[in-house]
Amino acid sequence: MGQFLHEFVSPLDFLRATPGVWSGFQLNLELMVVAEAFILVLALLLAIVRGLPGRAALPLRAAAIAYTDIFRGTPLLLVLFMVQGFATLNYVGLSSETLFRNGAIALVLVYTAYVTEVYRAGIESVHPSQRMAARSLGLSYTQALRYVVLPQAIRRVVPPLLNDFIGLQKDTVLITVIGLTEALAQANFYESDYLNFSGLTVTAVFFIFLTIPLARFTDHIIKERERRERAQAV
Amino acid sequence: MSANGGFVSLQGVRKRFDNLEVLHGIDLDVAEHNVVCLIGASGSGKSTLLRCINLLEHVDDGTIVVDGQTITDAKVDVNKLRQKIGIVFQAYNLFPHMTVLQNVTLAPRKALGVSRAKAEARARALLQQIGLEDKADEFPDRLSGGQQQRVAIVRALAMGPKLMLLDEITSALDPQLIGEVLELVRELADSGMTMIIATHEMSFAREVADKVCFLDAGVIHEEGTPEQILSSPREKRTREFLARVLEAGRL
Repeated sequence: MGQFLHEFVSPLDFLRATPGVWSGFQLNLELMVVAEAFILVLALLLAIVRGLPGRAALPLRAAAIAYTDIFRGTPLLLVLFMVQGFATLNYVGLSSETLFRNGAIALVLVYTAYVTEVYRAGIESVHPSQRMAARSLGLSYTQALRYVVLPQAIRRVVPPLLNDFIGLQKDTVLITVIGLTEALAQANFYESDYLNFSGLTVTAVFFIFLTIPLARFTDHIIKERERRERAQAV
Repeated sequence: MSANGGFVSLQGVRKRFDNLEVLHGIDLDVAEHNVVCLIGASGSGKSTLLRCINLLEHVDDGTIVVDGQTITDAKVDVNKLRQKIGIVFQAYNLFPHMTVLQNVTLAPRKALGVSRAKAEARARALLQQIGLEDKADEFPDRLSGGQQQRVAIVRALAMGPKLMLLDEITSALDPQLIGEVLELVRELADSGMTMIIATHEMSFAREVADKVCFLDAGVIHEEGTPEQILSSPREKRTREFLARVLEAGRL
């Protein structure tokens, strides 16, 4: 037990490891924000494409389905290596910008597939009578989608979206394997310099402190909306 | 205008779902400012017929003319068409994520391009007419069923329709809430709105209708004045249907 405490939760090592881990963690944060922005938009577009009606849209729907099948089925680490491998075909040396970009591309490719399914579930959960009511008022397909279906769909999927967002945050550490010095890499450096694992603990704490407030905030938004829109219990 | 001058004129309208034909050639004429009530058992095709008239359902065969325009023509702009035909559903179908005011102003603003201020002023005026102006900023779920249905009617009226289709709009309501909704429909009828109403409220049909049509298994089995149809129907099936309704009313 003493050995474990010394190796993983040593206060002195916490202090010494924190600046390095923090500097690496900023990269994780940046990666997660950039990737999530792309994911939320691209996944929504894909989900909309998958829901397009009519025979004419069949090839588009098929392409969207193929995309989700492929990237939801492929391990993230593998996609990361492939993106990286693709990049090395063209470059001799890889700058840290390129590495960052490759990491972001891999995360976006894979997470977009998951998030598309989340959006789609949300869109399908809106009763068809809502769309019908919107169309009956003379709104176009796009207007009905934009003003009536999507707002209701997205509200319903905020919790699962957050879930995937947390998954994404944590998976940003994977880019360490293509050589980007993010938080986990810093913790590993610390471990090899001082033969102490406390850097890993610091990294874990950073990630936990990132996700908890986010989860509470989401709970709060959902409750607030319930309070506003739902009938009082009678 | 169609040959016989009806504001709404249906000729040989057929509609099938997969292999089941639910409308077997409907002919119907509605004069401007008239109210036509469709009566008949559930499944007789009343709702489908109404949905065909604003093209929420694709019409497989036959022609429908509304206000001089043949709407079953493939070239017709369905959005433009629906802007002048209001429909109200049994389940209200208000948008739950929007306030009453937003529900009423959405289509005028987005489909007609009316400014927000103008749309809201008109919506508030309409809500005031039905005594719900104080509910403008509430969400639909906070309203009673009767209030929600009246908002749904106002939402359709905000588009300034020339024709209103009411699809069993009181069927989901508690008996004590039906009156306020029917009162609003009565006022609409008095104001000269052309309406086609699918209903199970026979006494209401008798009161507001210029013509009553009895639908049975996808055809208009009998039509005539409310007096004719409801008091002295000629057809055996009409008599049977009315007897069943009367029976249900007594229970």
